[in-house]
Amino acid sequence: MKRRNFIYLTGMGAAAAMLPAIPVWGNEIPIEQSLEYVDPAVKKMLSDVALNAARSKGATYTDVRIGRYLNQYVVTREDKVENLVNTESYGIGIRVIANGSWGFAATDKMDKDGIAKAAELAVAIAKENSRLLTSPVQLAEQKGYGEVSWKAPIEKNAFEVPIKDKADLLLSVNAAAMAGGADYVNSILFMVNEQKYFASTDNSYIDQDIHRIWPTFFITKINKETGKFETRNSLSAPMGMGYEYLDAKPEHKIQTAMGVLYKGRYDMVEDAKQGAVQVAEKLKAKSVEPGKYDLVLDPSHLWLTIHESCGHPTELDRVLGYEANFAGTSFLTLDKWESKKFNYGSKEVDIVADKTQVGSLGAVGYDDEGVKCGKWDIIKDGILVNYQAIRDQAHIIGLDHSQGCCYADNWSSVQFQRMANISLQPGKKPLTIADQIKNVDKGIYIVGDGSFSIDQQRYNFQFGGQLFYEISKGKIVGMLKDVAYQSNTQEFWNSCSAVCDERDYRLGGSFFDGKGQPMQSSAVSHGSATARFNGVNVINTGRKI
Amino acid sequence: MPILTKEQAKVILTKVLGYSKADECTVYISGSDGGNIRYARNSVNTSGAVSTTTLQVTSAFGKKSGVATINEYDDASLEKVVKRSEELAKLAPENPEYMTLLGPQTYGPQSPAFSEITAAVGPKERADAVAQSLAVSKENKLNAAGFLENSASYSALMNSKGLFAYDTSTDVAFNITMRTSDGKGSGYATRGYNDFSKLNAKHDTEIAAKKALSSVTAKAIEPGKYTVILEPTAVAVMLENMFFDLDARQADEGRSFMSKPGGKTRLGEQLVDERVNIYSDPWSPELPGSAWAGDGRPQEKIDWIENGKVKNMYTSRYWAAKTGIKPIPNPGSIIMKGGTKTLEELIKGTEKGILVTRLWYIRSVDPQTLLLTGLTRDGTFYIENGEIKFPVKNFRFNESPVIMLNNLDEMGKAERTVSAESNQNYLLPPLKIRDFTFTSLSDAV
Repeated sequence: MKRRNFIYLTGMGAAAAMLPAIPVWGNEIPIEQSLEYVDPAVKKMLSDVALNAARSKGATYTDVRIGRYLNQYVVTREDKVENLVNTESYGIGIRVIANGSWGFAATDKMDKDGIAKAAELAVAIAKENSRLLTSPVQLAEQKGYGEVSWKAPIEKNAFEVPIKDKADLLLSVNAAAMAGGADYVNSILFMVNEQKYFASTDNSYIDQDIHRIWPTFFITKINKETGKFETRNSLSAPMGMGYEYLDAKPEHKIQTAMGVLYKGRYDMVEDAKQGAVQVAEKLKAKSVEPGKYDLVLDPSHLWLTIHESCGHPTELDRVLGYEANFAGTSFLTLDKWESKKFNYGSKEVDIVADKTQVGSLGAVGYDDEGVKCGKWDIIKDGILVNYQAIRDQAHIIGLDHSQGCCYADNWSSVQFQRMANISLQPGKKPLTIADQIKNVDKGIYIVGDGSFSIDQQRYNFQFGGQLFYEISKGKIVGMLKDVAYQSNTQEFWNSCSAVCDERDYRLGGSFFDGKGQPMQSSAVSHGSATARFNGVNVINTGRKI
Repeated sequence: MPILTKEQAKVILTKVLGYSKADECTVYISGSDGGNIRYARNSVNTSGAVSTTTLQVTSAFGKKSGVATINEYDDASLEKVVKRSEELAKLAPENPEYMTLLGPQTYGPQSPAFSEITAAVGPKERADAVAQSLAVSKENKLNAAGFLENSASYSALMNSKGLFAYDTSTDVAFNITMRTSDGKGSGYATRGYNDFSKLNAKHDTEIAAKKALSSVTAKAIEPGKYTVILEPTAVAVMLENMFFDLDARQADEGRSFMSKPGGKTRLGEQLVDERVNIYSDPWSPELPGSAWAGDGRPQEKIDWIENGKVKNMYTSRYWAAKTGIKPIPNPGSIIMKGGTKTLEELIKGTEKGILVTRLWYIRSVDPQTLLLTGLTRDGTFYIENGEIKFPVKNFRFNESPVIMLNNLDEMGKAERTVSAESNQNYLLPPLKIRDFTFTSLSDAV
């Protein structure tokens, strides 16, 4: 799994065991080369080679993606820079329809001959597989855009920031954590630049430049007498932004009873400092009494619950059964959508899909099958109203166009339906975090994401977190540990009784949403304001071995 | 570029090393050719072919190192990639944990991991196998969703101190989910091979079909502690989380399940039932692996858990030097010794219990106790008096593999299986476990 590869690469864990000691995302290149963009005219010429080769072999539709995928990692622990990695992956993926069937081939042999051969192989695969079809692929109409481009609106390209500045930042983060009493700290800066070019027989030639950044850390503290250890992970969010994400001003900080939370930008050193204090508190925290609690969930936590219990079950490929063998299907079957009255959540629950949200991980101008991106309702006043679809699925839900949810994680991967940014809309009445806590009699306030698991149809889930605060009679009375909540998606979202207003709206997200075979990772954001859920079942996860 | 022979790899790596001006230099080349086919709703879906190569150069000046790679192989490109890695090394901060390169190593023989048959598989052979699988779903009026992938790859490593290593392998992965058309029954099977000719897509699809048909109208039974029989793929996803955490440094630092108060570890202690024996062996005929690790260290047969005691932990070369322990690298694959009984015989000997086909969405809840959560999936059945009585609704569990291996009742015959979470291949027995903790019910089928 890519998430696992990341863990390996950063040297933090666990999963290191089973992986070969080889870079996992692509070729590693020196820093300066990452700033050279390939001329769109060259990419257009190479694309036309593929389009023509596929057409001449009998393809009725072809799209081509030429991708240059750059990653940079700076990996540190305590006072050491452990790893400094630049990776690049450059190549072409060619997708065709021939005899009504999909075919795909990818190569990094970027000369005309190599590209033409890959196009021919894609057609050969499509023809071979067409004998296994039940019905031919049906694509929603898509007009060509001609030669267009889109660039993520970043302020500061992270790849242009000197390595030394990045290493110094992380070492300051580590120093802050260690000075605060941490025993260990790992910190990482992970930067992504996708330079991708799309061309198709619909006459689109689309050049896009996408940037993402994820600063994060992991603080560990050990009680030397008992041997117990606790961790506190960074409260940052991976973002579709440049290095400006790390330049937090006072207006990006939300002061709460537990400490500072971050909106839109992030102060990594400050969070490490408070993290060191909080991890010590976690070691002394009271073990939770299992039972029903009203939960107040911070956006740094709730994004993951939204991702798993709303984002995934409304993906149309899952609903239709395309993911039955791996990621699973969905309880949100077509009949529930057709009824127009399936009660997914309470009236407070409005959930929106948005591929255009500025600063989000999923924001692009056009998806990976040349569809201009947009925004639409998924859950309206608690009712299921729509799904997330791509071109070959649109007709199934009566759409005459794709919703622009197609994505491939590399030139060497075939594009398929991936999750848009899926977000809970803020409440319409004024409501702050302090108000939410004040209104709860017996509850738990949860900040940060932790353990997460959900079944293959997205009914039953269990979530942990980073920080758990006991609320009694409207007040935070102390920290808890060994907390996880278990619920059923429909029951949980129907227990949503209040959502803070837009002042509290923040994004969380992941670089590693895994789906498909071979598995691909997609980066996606989920926004929300602090929300309350009544009477949720909390279990105690403490054990002895 | 096709799969390079040992001699071809040696020629190109020697040439690259010739351009090096660094104190130390390592060059690594790898390549893979493969294809896959994916099907769902009884019809072929996305599928493709991918071919990639990578040449990686690591240069070091003192304790400063840098890495660069390229995928062009003319002389100018080879010289350029070496220069770039050297420039990067000069920019890098000094890493006090940098270890000087290993000299020439003696490796065991190449394990039988490469199959010419697999290397020759193309779109037609894949489509033929899937056609057999789809015939089973048609015959049984079921819905099939499956995946078949094959690849051939090579890798070679050379350094400025004279180390050279070479390896080739082929891989085949096949997994299939069959569902009833009303969505009330689901079954699964998964297989991993080096040799494509061992694949029997029809047979594996029939197993999944049988599970799908017999899991319809599952009954809800109360969550709680049950005796379970975990099929090998379910065992894989539980145990791999323990293997992933057998790192000596994490244990010494006090932050793994192997840690004890005061900087001590559980190494050598009775951790689990004394019948548990877990090892790795690159020359296992059923599960061959590489004779060398990624940094050039030789792999050998290693006992990880012997008679229930942790015998070894793996470690980086740096940590081994610092703590004076043997630098055992991460294993390529893991084997657990089994018993002699078949799965059917395990069921026959069970008074009351639950048969688990597959476990899904496994996540760590507490790294200190290795507590994991996840759910059953694609075929969960109630056993009474040695027989499968009825299908049961899926459960969420919260359980630690350490606790689980202490509650070992019986082991079946080990077989090659695949983790549906990590795609890693293992050789594992089905396990009968007492008091496995199910904490809630799931409506998912």
